[in-house]
Amino acid sequence: MIRLSTPLGAEVLDLRAGDRVLLSGTIYTARDEAHLKILEDGFPFDPAGAVLYHCGPVVDTERNVIVAAGPTTSARMNGLTAPMIDAGVRSLIGKGGMSAEVREALSGRAVYFVFTGGCAALAASCMELVDCHYPELGMAEAVWEIRVRDMPLVVGIDAHGRDLFEDVARSVRERYDQLRL
Amino acid sequence: MDPLLFERLAQAVEEAVREAEIVLPPDVETALRRATDRETNPVARGEFANILDNLLKARDLRVPICQDTGIPVVYLTVPPTVPVTAELYDAVAAGIRRATRSVPLRPNGVDPISRENSGDNTGAGLPPVHVVPGNVLRVMVLPKGAGSENMSQIRMMMPSQVSDIPRFVVDVVMTAGARPCPPVVVGVGIGGTFDGAAALAKEALLERIDSMDAYEQEICDAINALGIGPMGLGGDTTALAVKVKRGFCHTASLPVAVNIQCWCCRRGVREVVL
Repeated sequence: MIRLSTPLGAEVLDLRAGDRVLLSGTIYTARDEAHLKILEDGFPFDPAGAVLYHCGPVVDTERNVIVAAGPTTSARMNGLTAPMIDAGVRSLIGKGGMSAEVREALSGRAVYFVFTGGCAALAASCMELVDCHYPELGMAEAVWEIRVRDMPLVVGIDAHGRDLFEDVARSVRERYDQLRL
Repeated sequence: MDPLLFERLAQAVEEAVREAEIVLPPDVETALRRATDRETNPVARGEFANILDNLLKARDLRVPICQDTGIPVVYLTVPPTVPVTAELYDAVAAGIRRATRSVPLRPNGVDPISRENSGDNTGAGLPPVHVVPGNVLRVMVLPKGAGSENMSQIRMMMPSQVSDIPRFVVDVVMTAGARPCPPVVVGVGIGGTFDGAAALAKEALLERIDSMDAYEQEICDAINALGIGPMGLGGDTTALAVKVKRGFCHTASLPVAVNIQCWCCRRGVREVVL
């Protein structure tokens, strides 16, 4: 296991698709609406070395705690991601993989991590709520600033153009052609 | 309806939702543990470790397993002594509203066009309530997440295509890839009408997944031969189980529906004392 802490720098360039990582530090949730808001009104935080988490958490707003916070499908953010990387974001966390366009945007600059889909309780257990930005977007779409400790991740797309999802998809197509049904 | 019965039914719905959201049924957890033991891919083993760790954390902390607490689909067994009235449906909706606050659930229910959120997981047609006759008043809740629901498909096949059904099911899972949070459970509805096949596919997801017949096993083996693996990162298990339900159909029809469920195959059951 590789240990990393935020803000992230050039160390992400050493990561390879398939590496397992424990991430500590500050991350920011951002789904579709948050991306659009950031593109319009700017970042409510310093994007240099930042980590975006594709997640719409369940937050107990009375006690100020994250109740459940697994990843959402990253592909919805495909068309909105390149400007984030241009602004200095060093990594994304999500599930399901992203497009070739995102793979190119990451090249030489940033990585895409996968956090196991559905593991909301595990995520919440390593998180501490710090702040909420753009609360008017609602609970699922707001930008939640979260401190994490040892969040277990896998590198899905590295900064050298290797994409685990693309590798698997290629092998799945080969295996499908050999199926006898 | 007796106000006390209304109250008990609403409470049973609330408790069934809570149980479903926090603890997976034992047969599902067993299937996940078996898949973990069999897994040979190191990345997939890591994903399974996270899934099992997550189940423990949810149980210990009494929090939902997944933040997509889903859309509640309700199956109600109703005995002859309980009349099926509008109040019966009202009591179910009341239970869903309470669960939304107390579990808590993410408010997921929106108007399909305006996308306006009701805030309490109820609205026109929500929750869907399926009433079946029985001997006791029992509620079963199936919280259905969108990631897997969105990957589901229905096809009006031709009666001459019976032998193509397994390939259609495999195609649906392959097209879904990483998106429905594999390892998935695959509900298949064969026969009935256009809507009936979809209903059968969803009902198939209510069944225990620790046993399969030869037909289900054949399809499941074919899916697992693809190697999509947990979260689409590659691995030996892509489907924990395939469950098939059949219904008589028109001689000129062969509707086939495939309803995909994520690994978080939630069900909650409560019986209501009359």
